[in-house]
Amino acid sequence: MLCQECNERPATLHFTKIDNGEKTMMHLCQQCAQEKGEAFMLNSAFSINNLLAGLLNFHNHVQQAEQPPVVKKEPLQCEECSMTYQQFIQIGRFGCANCYETFKEQINPILRRLHSGDGTHNGKIPSRIGGGLHLRKNIETLKQSIQELITREEFEKAAEIRDQIRSLEKQLDQRDEGGN
Amino acid sequence: MSLEKFLNQAVSSWMSAEGPDSDIVLSSRVRLARNVRDYKFPIVFSSEEGQKIIESVYRSVEGQHFSTIGSLELLVMDELQPLQKRVLVEKHLISPNLANNSVLGACILSENEEVSIMINEEDHIRIQCLYPGLQIAEALKVANEIDDHIEQHVDYAFDENIGYLTSCPTNVGTGLRASVMMHLPGLVLTHQMGRIVPAINQLGLVVRGIYGEGSEALGNIFQISNQITLGKSETDIVEDLQSVVAQLIAEERSAREALAKTSNIELEDKVFRSYGVLSNCRIIESKEAASCLSDLRLGIDMGYIKNISKNILNELMILTQPGFLQQYAGGPLRPDERDVRRASLIRERLNLEQ
Repeated sequence: MLCQECNERPATLHFTKIDNGEKTMMHLCQQCAQEKGEAFMLNSAFSINNLLAGLLNFHNHVQQAEQPPVVKKEPLQCEECSMTYQQFIQIGRFGCANCYETFKEQINPILRRLHSGDGTHNGKIPSRIGGGLHLRKNIETLKQSIQELITREEFEKAAEIRDQIRSLEKQLDQRDEGGN
Repeated sequence: MSLEKFLNQAVSSWMSAEGPDSDIVLSSRVRLARNVRDYKFPIVFSSEEGQKIIESVYRSVEGQHFSTIGSLELLVMDELQPLQKRVLVEKHLISPNLANNSVLGACILSENEEVSIMINEEDHIRIQCLYPGLQIAEALKVANEIDDHIEQHVDYAFDENIGYLTSCPTNVGTGLRASVMMHLPGLVLTHQMGRIVPAINQLGLVVRGIYGEGSEALGNIFQISNQITLGKSETDIVEDLQSVVAQLIAEERSAREALAKTSNIELEDKVFRSYGVLSNCRIIESKEAASCLSDLRLGIDMGYIKNISKNILNELMILTQPGFLQQYAGGPLRPDERDVRRASLIRERLNLEQ
């Protein structure tokens, strides 16, 4: 077998690397191994995914400790991509968007911890598919401003805003009907 | 063939052009992770699904001419030689993961190499914008434009509460990773990095070496990026990073001033020794090359060396990587041959300056 790096010298060293549950084999000659050596020793030890897996496992252990395993439950599995929670813990990655729904109870507290904060999206909303959401967020902000205007006794402006809210709500209704 | 152009014109615009604060900030990068609704993520999808993703993403941008970045070209990973992929990785245009581990991986690259859209990496779509100097906000603006454009044709996996859904939960929400590559020799020489790195970590930012996670800070080059993607808006993430980078720039500048005051001749000596090594060496390993190039660049920034252009560090750090050296040699090289090539390439490049 030839070294897979230089394809010249025979491979004398064979590495098996297990990264996030994925097994990769490397066949290298002495020289190439030396050069690559530092890179892969460092890489495997400490990555975000490993940290994440640690966090997930920790969460699991705590849960197990709190509830004595009286009944053995069916393992939780995603209907779309058939990933189980155990697999997710090992890989640190989800198989499809539906996994977020399937493992909601397990993942949401972890998301709050990973990202510090309340775990709610506060950024960009896709303009086309997020259309209804845009309208709802708009209505929310307008409702807040109406309260402010009323306390400042600016009733004319408040009335204008009220009309705006009504027309937005109408749009939203039409949208929901159209969607169904 | 235009791929040849990509690979042969080794210097991308982010390496050669000068941006704001480019004496310390080498480059700014923004990456948006997106997935297509109703398709399984790349780690488990079928090859049919993967193929469809490539087609629909490419169709959404095909033939488009974006004002600032020029036209776009599709590169399919399976059709590239290992060496070609390695060169793209060394130029930071694609990730090592896309080059080596992806199934049906592809990349849509802009003419000026400022934009690359990776397809079927860990997520279906990763839009990446790379700019010289400190220009995170600009990079975000362009990434957003491309994102809006793709979204007109592709349904994204998005959730009202947790935002853009990504394969790894560390990216969910905005899917945004903003990072800045900084040259910080002053802070390293004054032994301040050990104090600064934990402080930066506390702010939800990560400090890494030049080639990402787990890599060493070769040539005193550090990459600083946000860790939190959920809960904050894109603008807040970018502003927070920017304010930390601004403080680091100030600290690096004052460290350099202090060095010039307290050990001017020692520093000048270090710079010229490294200059001497680079211009005379016949064999040089990548580590030594990186550290000498860092000294040389510091010497240029501090005015000890006047006749050499600043972008030599950015350029040679990339051009002396194994992939590029082999490209330059026109074939595979053993590590010892690479060290010889590296030395001659550096000498040649320095000669161009005179």
